[in-house]
Amino acid sequence: MSRQMMPKQDPFHRSQNFSEVALGYTKEQAVMEAARCLNCKKPFCVDGCPVEVNIPAFISRIKTGDFRGALLQIKEKNSLPAICGRVCPQESQCEERCVLGKKGDPVAIGALERFVADQATASGNESFPEISRNGFKAAVIGAGPAGLTAAADLALQGFDVTIFESLHSPGGVLQYGIPQFRLPKEIVAREVDYIQNLGVKLNTSVLVGQTITVQELFDSGFDAVFIGTGAGLPYFLEIPGENYNGVYSANEFLTRVNLMKAYRFPEYDTPVRIGSRVAVVGAGNVAMDAARTSLRLGAQEVYIVYRRSAAEMPARHEEIENAKEEGIIFKLLTNPTRIIGNDQGEVAALECIEMELGEPDASGRRRPVTIPGSEFQFPVDNVIVAIGQGPNPVLLRSTKGLNLNKHGYIQADPETLATNIPGVYAGGDIVTGAATVIAAMGAGKKAARQMVEYCKRKVV
Amino acid sequence: MEIIAKDTLAQRIVRLVVKTPAIAAKARPGHFVVVRLDDRAERIPLTIADFNREKGTITLIIQEVGKSTALINKMTVGDRFADILGPLGTPYPIEKIGTVVGVAGGLGAAPLYPKVKALYEAGNKVITILGAQRQELLILADELKAMSHQLLISTDDGSLGHKGFVTDLLRQVLHQEKVDEVIAIGPVVMMEACCKITRELNVKTVVSLNAVMVDGTGMCGGCRVTVGGTSKFCCVDGPSFDGLAVDFTELRQRQRYYSAQEKAAYQAYQEHGTEGCRCLAK
Repeated sequence: MSRQMMPKQDPFHRSQNFSEVALGYTKEQAVMEAARCLNCKKPFCVDGCPVEVNIPAFISRIKTGDFRGALLQIKEKNSLPAICGRVCPQESQCEERCVLGKKGDPVAIGALERFVADQATASGNESFPEISRNGFKAAVIGAGPAGLTAAADLALQGFDVTIFESLHSPGGVLQYGIPQFRLPKEIVAREVDYIQNLGVKLNTSVLVGQTITVQELFDSGFDAVFIGTGAGLPYFLEIPGENYNGVYSANEFLTRVNLMKAYRFPEYDTPVRIGSRVAVVGAGNVAMDAARTSLRLGAQEVYIVYRRSAAEMPARHEEIENAKEEGIIFKLLTNPTRIIGNDQGEVAALECIEMELGEPDASGRRRPVTIPGSEFQFPVDNVIVAIGQGPNPVLLRSTKGLNLNKHGYIQADPETLATNIPGVYAGGDIVTGAATVIAAMGAGKKAARQMVEYCKRKVV
Repeated sequence: MEIIAKDTLAQRIVRLVVKTPAIAAKARPGHFVVVRLDDRAERIPLTIADFNREKGTITLIIQEVGKSTALINKMTVGDRFADILGPLGTPYPIEKIGTVVGVAGGLGAAPLYPKVKALYEAGNKVITILGAQRQELLILADELKAMSHQLLISTDDGSLGHKGFVTDLLRQVLHQEKVDEVIAIGPVVMMEACCKITRELNVKTVVSLNAVMVDGTGMCGGCRVTVGGTSKFCCVDGPSFDGLAVDFTELRQRQRYYSAQEKAAYQAYQEHGTEGCRCLAK
């Protein structure tokens, strides 16, 4: 039996709306796909899951139509299944290790996870475990994937948990970064609701480092602190012309559109300006999101400009395929050298140079080198820079004595995620640099476990 | 986040005193907040024009220049903002430096006031120059006078004080006194003109920039300003910068990027109110 394909909106229509691209399995499809799972004695898929979901167990429940049981099984380990089912790179995690993948297609674990999560909400079948409080208080800084996971796990262990979030809405990158058409914000809200229903308090519009410091959190009675503030500082290209109007960081562009809902201006008050030709620099998931969002805002020609070749593109294969289907044009082995403006100070063109691949560099990828004299220009109205993010310094510079590594990220023990300050744990992008939602969730889970141990030790 | 006092300082300019103890406890001169009126609103940066730690309040001064500021200016005592984030930015360092000249054009008096007040209380000699187009548009004159050794006023039409610009008065003061630092805050063209004078005389000059922002926490980079040839984020590196190093031409252009959208939203609001305006989207 072959893998069930998830239905999608057709490329032409979807490139003109912000509704979700992938539509999810029907019940029949989910049961058929679940039936493909061999329920291995040694389930390799579980080893590939950063949050240790018992995959064969939840899939077994789908086989018998016990969707609610399947959800409870997932939620023992993962509080954000509707999100993970959509944005996890399953192809390089659980599904990569599925034995069926050796000869054919692996079980569609991500699609099944998504189905189970969506099904339960559709039927109003959410339930919350009984939790006995243990008297400890934990502060979680940042309501992104790492923080939400740490908060949920700590709450399940009986902690009194408060999340401090600088933006007005929770979710971190799930809220401001990943677009509606890939992760509807209603789904983020639903999973955050679940976590709040576990007893977690959410304090938005508090910038730890400015409104309150980590030390003051301890002074006000918190026993342990988790820092999951992410990699929120956008990198720019550092080329001439980067401050012309029409140059956005992907962070700004996506924040305007996703968090502030600029795609519904003037119904919502925040504007965004996208012309008819847009160049997005970079080829990660964020770049694909920015390119596909530009199309949906009405751009006619959208380019991905990337200095390496197709093989090195860091985005998920699925997202690259979606982008191609929608008509995004890929300019590979092309590196921007200058942004050219008009007399109004607005972007008029992008100058690039052609590249070729040389010897492997420190990352193991073949290093792109310039081809002398190959500079060329093409007219664009916007340049969106999606080449990665660094650590936001606001909290770090206010937290005296916190050890950072040479790249400015928090130095945390890889095993325990403990920082050098007792009781302060850190995980996610603020430790590793920009990575995935699920990696950050794995870190949140790991840190929560250690924070429980830390508080117990403190009492003894 | 509740408004506990409101008064009108000039036509289209109101002063709100807002209860927000956590922010008041940390506020320092040069800090700002980002406010959001309701669920559909923009995030708007507003300078903290004054603060009272005991009462747990901050003061915001807002000039109606578009739809969002019009809506904020219609708020009354008892109303609440959906959220207020802060204090944000790098505070202006208060030290005893000698003689300081504060120059404010129009609404620039709001960010200037807490700096002047703190510098005065720190034992500096403070000369303040306050300007506006005409007398009715001058704000905070009494407050600034109480915290300055000398207050000079200019109006474009001569309706009060010197007829002309704040720059005329600044030039006079700089020729009469040995000045250690100038703080110039107001419209970009005014700050640029002040810096032109202080550059000639080689006087340290601090300006406070009002770049277009979204989050206000260093996350989006939309508020990039070029200072001394390098790109800075106005929200976390500023909003106070060395005026002699700021690229004002770029700032002016960047401030204008959304002016067509802002104008359209304001016009629709004036013609149809909030609901009508939002109906246009459909």
